[in-house]
Amino acid sequence: MTPALDVDVLLADPTIRIVVCCGSGGVGKTTTAAALALRAAEKHGRRTVVLTIDPARRLAQSLGLTELDNTPRLVPGTRGEHGELNAMMLDMKRTFDEVVAAHTEPRRAAEIFANPFYQAMSSTFSGTQEYMAMEKLSQLRATEHWDLIVVDTPPSRSALDFLDAPARLGRFLDGRMLRMLLAPAKAGGRSMFNLVTAGFGMVSKAVQKVLGAQLLSDLSGFVAALDSMFGGFRERAEQTYRVLQDPQTAFLVVAAPEPDAVREAAFFASRLGIEGMPLAGLVLNRVHGMLVEMDPEAALAAAKELDGVSDLTADALRVHAALAAQATRERAVIEGFATEFQHVPVLEVAAQATDIHDLDGLRAIFS
Amino acid sequence: MVTSDDGTTAQRGQGWPARLHVVTGKGGTGKTTVAAALALALAAGGHRTLLVEVEGRQGIAQLFERDPLPYEERVIATTPGGGEVRALAVDAEEALLEYLALFYRLGAAGRALRKVGAIDFATTIAPGLRDVLLTGKVKEATTRTDDHGRRVYRAVVLDAPPTGRIGRFLNVTAEAAKLAKMGPIKTQSEGVAALLRSPMTSVHVVTLLEEMPVQESVDAVAELRGLGIPIGKLIINCAHAELLAGVRKVTQAELKRGLVAAGLPGDRATVVGLQEQAQAYLSRQALEAQLREELSEIGRPVAELPLLPGGVDFAGLRQLAAVLGAV
Repeated sequence: MTPALDVDVLLADPTIRIVVCCGSGGVGKTTTAAALALRAAEKHGRRTVVLTIDPARRLAQSLGLTELDNTPRLVPGTRGEHGELNAMMLDMKRTFDEVVAAHTEPRRAAEIFANPFYQAMSSTFSGTQEYMAMEKLSQLRATEHWDLIVVDTPPSRSALDFLDAPARLGRFLDGRMLRMLLAPAKAGGRSMFNLVTAGFGMVSKAVQKVLGAQLLSDLSGFVAALDSMFGGFRERAEQTYRVLQDPQTAFLVVAAPEPDAVREAAFFASRLGIEGMPLAGLVLNRVHGMLVEMDPEAALAAAKELDGVSDLTADALRVHAALAAQATRERAVIEGFATEFQHVPVLEVAAQATDIHDLDGLRAIFS
Repeated sequence: MVTSDDGTTAQRGQGWPARLHVVTGKGGTGKTTVAAALALALAAGGHRTLLVEVEGRQGIAQLFERDPLPYEERVIATTPGGGEVRALAVDAEEALLEYLALFYRLGAAGRALRKVGAIDFATTIAPGLRDVLLTGKVKEATTRTDDHGRRVYRAVVLDAPPTGRIGRFLNVTAEAAKLAKMGPIKTQSEGVAALLRSPMTSVHVVTLLEEMPVQESVDAVAELRGLGIPIGKLIINCAHAELLAGVRKVTQAELKRGLVAAGLPGDRATVVGLQEQAQAYLSRQALEAQLREELSEIGRPVAELPLLPGGVDFAGLRQLAAVLGAV
């Protein structure tokens, strides 16, 4: 029997300081994060901030997030005496700029900002969003201002990207290629492409032929400029990773009861186990339940009989049959997960007839 | 369009004039399924099509329940009349090596590049370069001809990145030009950009009748239009059968009368339960009608694919392909 996940126990626990909501795209992660944060503030009196990545427009508006300014803002309309809810949207580019500015002297920072490679990387590098989400998390944590930080994760194709991206960035910064590009800069500014080392001569020729000289000089410039902050980058990525392994952090995997989403959730659950990261439970959004216990086959048969007799009842029975079929499919998917992860507590959130975009809607989710 | 008695059309796929079909949509809307169904539909009647994925997800292999696809065009399904669908998972690194070997005869250097991690490096630091390579391969397949000058593929269907990234992915010239102001990468990206902005290309947006996917579809279309990239169809996936048409209020009295007439239990719990379920269905329906309206305001043809109750297996794919082929 799968244990039930009680979010109130989690949100009320003063030793829990960070809740990370993970899962594949389109499962309602952002909404879940916002609803958890609201509940922590209103019901458990905690000073809470929710870091959202890419909220739907109307949800963002309901959280008072009308501009992307990368700073927590108090959410208007929250209740409760002690707690407060603040929300912010991650601005990836601005966060990256902040990191650069914090680790570099102003003149060098200006050079980096102007470099086309920096501009490409800070806005499009696959993994930048994940890295910057972690960076923002560690900034929020460092202020010691928050009782609880709820983090939404980027809508990547795989939930694992959130964990892998910072390491990938670290590997990239440590990479052999980067070292090679840097070596001449350190050796007094000679271009790497004058280096005639066995094998590498051929490589540099190839690189030069394909990419062109201008691109290479931009690249070398970028790499040289970044060199000053390598240590800082890696250190911070590692530090945040350790925070994620800390018992003050709780991971919630969010999924919808569909095969793909649950498969992702399962990957993620196993991975957290391997990393020694604390998985608090699985939130299953949009679960369909039935209000009537009636066999769908019988309902469909009766519906056919009732066509022309009571069209309303016939269609109401068809609605029921479709719902029952969906509920059965979902049940099979949920049970598949429960069999594999018997120890993972699960919370099912019923599907709503309409989408959620106000505080009342968020309040209703976990009530 | 002529439709024969068995429901197949004499000229299938006439509603899909482009040669390169780019299928995008918010994550979770079923892009891969729709792309595969479209590739099947366009292969009907003895044609050959190519289904391409570029994100390393191996979504096509999963859908067809195959082992992961290599960087190689392989037959993945056949259609009656000698048609076939081939599938290809484009890998940026492999595409770069192929490109180096083909255009620069840099086979050995290419391997050396890989050894020092240069390719990983280049595609990591400049995703625009990676996208040029991926779309470059798609362009090559789309325009490829055999020894007799005939097109190898009637159509190429690309299972593209989701709506959030599609503009940047397809706007390869701009991205690459920021980094490479001259040279072969620049030339390559210009060729791709020209194809993507020509009538040979059509970008189809897959959506569900839910708020976020529709919003993202509207945003993506606006973005692509701004880039001059032609929009094809809007494809509503997983559409429900329309029930309770014209009903405003579900009354308990009528439900009870109907249940009794059908010999079913007409107790209060059943009546109230059915009523609530039906009312929730109607609220959903009202929201969906509003979302349909938003989609129609985009001003592009809308196609609908039904929700398959049993999930998407190969028979289901054929069913979806039949719907798309008849559009």
